[in-house]
Amino acid sequence: MSAYLLNRVGQALFVLWAAFTISFVLLQAMPGDAILIKFQNPDLGLTAQQVAEIRASYAADSPILVQYVQTIGKFLTGDFGYSVQAGVPVNSLLAAHLPATLKLATLGFLLASVLAILIAFLSSLTPFTWLRGVLQSVPSLFISIPTFWLGIMLIQIFSFRLKLVPVINPGPWQELILPVFALAVPISAPLAQVLVRNIDDVLTRPFVGVARAKGANRHWILWRHVAKNALLPTLTIAGVLFGELIAGAVVTETVFGLNGIGGLTERAVGSQDAAVLQAIVVLSALAFVIINLVVDLLYPVLDPRLRTKVGVAA
Amino acid sequence: MTVIPQQVSPVLEVEGLCIAYGDGTAERRAVHDVSFSINPGEVVALVGESGSGKTTTAQSIIGLLAANGRVERGSIKLNGTDIARWTDRQLETVRGARISLVPQDPGNSLNPVKTIGAQVGEIFRIHGALRPDGIDDRVISLLARVGLSEPALRARQYPHELSGGMRQRVLIAIAIALKPQLIIADEPTSALDVTVQKRILDLIDELRAEYGTAVLLVTHDLSVAADRADRIVVLKDGRIQEQGAASVVLAAPRSPYTRQLLAAAPSFASAVSRPGASWAASGVHDDIVVVDGLVREFAGEGKSRFRAVDDLSFRVRRGSTHAIVGESGSGKTTTIRSIVGFDKPTAGRIEIDGTDLSRLVGEDLRQFRRKIQFVYQNPYGSLDPRQSILQIVAEPLLNFSRLKRSDREEKARAILSRVGLPEDAVARRPHALSGGQRQRVAIARALVLDPQVLVLDEAVSALDVSVQARILALLQELQSDLGLTYLFVSHDLAVVRQISDTVSVLRDGRLVDGGVVSDVFEHPSGDYTRELINAIPGQGPRAAA
Repeated sequence: MSAYLLNRVGQALFVLWAAFTISFVLLQAMPGDAILIKFQNPDLGLTAQQVAEIRASYAADSPILVQYVQTIGKFLTGDFGYSVQAGVPVNSLLAAHLPATLKLATLGFLLASVLAILIAFLSSLTPFTWLRGVLQSVPSLFISIPTFWLGIMLIQIFSFRLKLVPVINPGPWQELILPVFALAVPISAPLAQVLVRNIDDVLTRPFVGVARAKGANRHWILWRHVAKNALLPTLTIAGVLFGELIAGAVVTETVFGLNGIGGLTERAVGSQDAAVLQAIVVLSALAFVIINLVVDLLYPVLDPRLRTKVGVAA
Repeated sequence: MTVIPQQVSPVLEVEGLCIAYGDGTAERRAVHDVSFSINPGEVVALVGESGSGKTTTAQSIIGLLAANGRVERGSIKLNGTDIARWTDRQLETVRGARISLVPQDPGNSLNPVKTIGAQVGEIFRIHGALRPDGIDDRVISLLARVGLSEPALRARQYPHELSGGMRQRVLIAIAIALKPQLIIADEPTSALDVTVQKRILDLIDELRAEYGTAVLLVTHDLSVAADRADRIVVLKDGRIQEQGAASVVLAAPRSPYTRQLLAAAPSFASAVSRPGASWAASGVHDDIVVVDGLVREFAGEGKSRFRAVDDLSFRVRRGSTHAIVGESGSGKTTTIRSIVGFDKPTAGRIEIDGTDLSRLVGEDLRQFRRKIQFVYQNPYGSLDPRQSILQIVAEPLLNFSRLKRSDREEKARAILSRVGLPEDAVARRPHALSGGQRQRVAIARALVLDPQVLVLDEAVSALDVSVQARILALLQELQSDLGLTYLFVSHDLAVVRQISDTVSVLRDGRLVDGGVVSDVFEHPSGDYTRELINAIPGQGPRAAA
């Protein structure tokens, strides 16, 4: 077990390093940089000499390898550098923007899970074939809705028409209602699809027949025999979907004007603010790696078949 | 049909039962006008081959027909009450409590993520039969009753930690938990080793006697029915062929179908030595397969090593059939995987037709595979469902020769007709063929490369007896025509006795008995061989046991 753990942590560290290096190389390879964009602006009236001096003060003119080693060293100590565009440390930018995104992503993911489970189990429980058909076609509908379009429609309907959710000066939780929904819908679709398939699959397994022969009714079988068996493989999908969640958050924050990492990313891309982008890439990779590590480590806890014999006997 | 004169009222009376399956638009009737009854404490066997409707009939009794199945006509009376048209809600009070089920496949019949104790205790919770604080004790005493060692530990374990036989005991514990009047045992032992099969059937018998429970035994195996049942109902294509007391049906079968079944079943007692065994005395030593001191170790827990095969040696003469016999975990599969070069042994020497296998690597090893071909147990799983039969059989030629496409297909067609597959089948895909036809395809695919040795890994075990008999006849014919050598891996000693010249009996990776078949089976030197032989069903009716 400990060898397995070390192996997985080693893999996670490698992924982080690779994400850092690849994004570093790509950001360096781009023509121009944040300093040029900010200070070459003719309105500022700076000479080429002065711009070069500013570049030197940011250490932007040292060899790439030196910059790479310096940056990685700083990252390891938790120093993400300095945002040229905003003129503040990247750390304080992240501190200002991260909470909104964390709230949005967490709530979005929770709602997506609830929606997926509702769709999947209702479609299995319903005695009506037509309702089952409707519920099972919902995921393919959900997956084809673009997030930005759904966001705009939600604002149109719930804020402007029905005036249920204020757009001007909403409360801290009110402002999250529509974005969370817009984010959750496309994420819930693949989850629901996998879950519906798993439930159907588990229902055909012989042990379900044995449970029925014991006299168990449909609800009993679904909750006590099918649910856990069907949810286990869904866990893997949930880990992978985290990537979708980040991508969805960027669009959602832009549509709803939320002050989160998504908006920060958008602005940083526009101004080629390499330090900010580098930090966001590494941070996303870190979150992705941690979530998938947790999923992998959770499996043996939830599925007795994956525990080693020694572990069970102990 | 027949009505046995009775003083006691039967537990179960099935009368004029017709069951149909719908496939969207049309309905196809699977069970036609089936009638029989079971008295308290009686064992009635429903015997038939696949598609005979035996499982459908059994499922309808406990109300577990597939969703597209429907009882069209007839009645199923449990203690005089017709339950054939009861709703699920009504049936839920009967299932488990008055009728219970011992399923076919113990490997998949327990929920993998729940403990054994929870799954046994569940039946008390469903029926509210015990106070919750009394359930755990009751579960442990039940597990002890069905012969599980350390029942308290077993209750905390998960299904994957138990062997197949132990899992079937757990399922039996569930089936007897509420002392039902009728237990439906649907092929309860067909997935188990022969010695385990005997113990499980003994246990069901014992519990039947103890509780006075009636048993409906569903089986494809006439010899199991002969050993265990009071009465036998023979089904074919959903119709009863005949029914009556077991001894009468077996001794004087009235229907031609029963006679055919009896003739096809490889019977251990009546087997004669193979006529081709004359080479044994000829003194010519032409061994095509030589296995000498074969050892295969696998890494076990921590630093320990697990020996799957331990110092195994045997020789097989050219043109003969050598059987490898043993139960699960005996090392059969590891041995044959080494012989065909899929697996590198830890130690020992394997020589095929004078070539030392351990020296072969890369292209030489690949070319060597022409000489020795494999036929697998599962004729469905080993054929690519997306290829046509012709493609399947012609594919090995693509790997080993530079024949033109038309020549390859011609050769494949010739082999297919040689194994007795109808001409119109060659363009079809595997799913459109019957089990026996699929196994013919698998044999044709193995033969298309003109191999010298054929490894038959439980190649007839999944087939119905009458189909099995035809495939065995084909194999014998091919052997004498083509001079093939067979390595026949099987758990079925009756088949082994019928088809092989020499045998190796394996247990825990070791050779416990070996030599000429008639010697080994008539004068077994080891206790284990004797136990295996005694466990074979069909050696005496229940009355004698």
